[in-house]
Amino acid sequence: MTSVGTIFHREVNAYFLSPIAYVVIAVFTVFSGYFFSIMLGITQESTLRYSLAYTQFILSILTPVITMRLMAEENKTGTIEPLMTAPVTDFEVVFGKFLAAWALYNVMIAPTAFYIIFLAWVGNPDYGAIIASYTGLILMGGLFISIGLLVSAITKNQIVAAVIGIVALLILLVIGLASADHEGWFYNALRYIGTYDHWDTFTKGIIDTRDVIYYVSFTALLIFIVVRIVESRRWR
Amino acid sequence: MIKVDHLAKRYADVYAVDHISFEVKQGEILGLLGPNGAGKTTTMRILTCYMPATSGTATVAGYDVFRDSISVRKNIGYLPENVPLYPEMRVKEYLSFRAKLKKLPYRERKVKIGECIEKCRIADVQNQIIGTLSKGYRQRVGLADTLVHDPKILILDEPTIGLDPNQIRQVRQLIKELGEKHTILLSTHILPEVEMLCGRVIIINRGKIVAMDTPSNLAVQLRSGNNITLEVRGAGEKIKNALSGIRGVKKVVWHEKGELSNFNVEAERGMDIREDVFTSIVKNNGVIREMKQTPITLEEIFHQITTQEHHEQEVAV
Repeated sequence: MTSVGTIFHREVNAYFLSPIAYVVIAVFTVFSGYFFSIMLGITQESTLRYSLAYTQFILSILTPVITMRLMAEENKTGTIEPLMTAPVTDFEVVFGKFLAAWALYNVMIAPTAFYIIFLAWVGNPDYGAIIASYTGLILMGGLFISIGLLVSAITKNQIVAAVIGIVALLILLVIGLASADHEGWFYNALRYIGTYDHWDTFTKGIIDTRDVIYYVSFTALLIFIVVRIVESRRWR
Repeated sequence: MIKVDHLAKRYADVYAVDHISFEVKQGEILGLLGPNGAGKTTTMRILTCYMPATSGTATVAGYDVFRDSISVRKNIGYLPENVPLYPEMRVKEYLSFRAKLKKLPYRERKVKIGECIEKCRIADVQNQIIGTLSKGYRQRVGLADTLVHDPKILILDEPTIGLDPNQIRQVRQLIKELGEKHTILLSTHILPEVEMLCGRVIIINRGKIVAMDTPSNLAVQLRSGNNITLEVRGAGEKIKNALSGIRGVKKVVWHEKGELSNFNVEAERGMDIREDVFTSIVKNNGVIREMKQTPITLEEIFHQITTQEHHEQEVAV
């Protein structure tokens, strides 16, 4: 497990040595700030709830940009070969990369703390709801990153990885959103699979174990699959 | 140190490595020689646990590559073809990352990295970003990485490919020095390289071992097929016919340039026809301005070996 830290360290450095980290942080700050100010102007409520609904959309587009290089770059440049012939397990490599991307994701959403300060200044926000929202935001990040990691592991091309990742995340968002007003087992299933419903609960200020389990188990399953994919070069 | 037993790797219907067996002894430098696509890289990838074999077994440093892969990887230093490195890292930073990955204890790390930097002569670029390095330096950074945990076995895939002649010399010199302490398996398709470095050579083609011997023995075998180039003043046509009549000559190519003629005479393996050529030209009133024996290149040997095999197969059918 010691190699997880080594991989994590290198990946975080790689992010901040390339423009990727700065670009995603800047783009996210601009758009989340825009939605925050617009929603605040419309609702006149000191809450993050409405602007966070849009944040999921931004995150669906930006998270695959964070994850696109994780495996695809190694596959393309061939650095996967010295990496995998060092005494590290496939899981250590995958998990280290996952944690690094997750760390960047959390750094990316960190500037939104400023909005809370602003809300506290102009109004009286419900801090419980805010804590729940951030718990949800971080858990959702884990899921988005594991999806991006999966896509990155099956291709050599970073652009392809980003595009497929974005499409996959948008589908996951849309199936929940579109079936919100429908009844029946089919729509219930879609709502359960989709991220929208689970995320919505958090923004209301509820930390429901069902939603936590959804995010954690989905993420764990995807990481497991990525490890198998990385391993699969051994059976091909 | 390395023991390979009936190792095979199949892609779809094609065997990239076709049931090969060989052994590398401690302290030996063994060369894997073969044209591109012969199965050298695949063999090395199996030995370094990057991919598994379809069948057969291989043990490296006493550990099975499939069952005990982490132990194998701790004992090898692997330099893949084209030396993939992270371009955004600095040289020292990269080596330190690799040393950590190879589980070198914190205290030893600094000393070992310093040693490798010195050994591979990369001290002047140690703080440079890898992406800005020339190919020769990248190659040496790769070598430093393979050495950093002081492995018993080095596996080097085409260590001199794409370098300029000076760099090739430096890298070869380095490998030679490393051979004093480590067991080395290296692959190449350059014949002189093998002669210079290796104690023993395996020639591999289409996934099969076609020859295994010391380089000097192989060189004799491989070069015994003679090619002679001549520049002669005299009657070209007559001399050409005379040369074709010499025993052992397989082919004569003739180009005429005014009074001078250029000949390319190909003789059978193991025949020294130079004296016969001399006397027959003199007999035909020619004057030899130049006579040169050119060794057959490796590609030609391979061409010969493969076509021979085909021929034999056809006969067998």
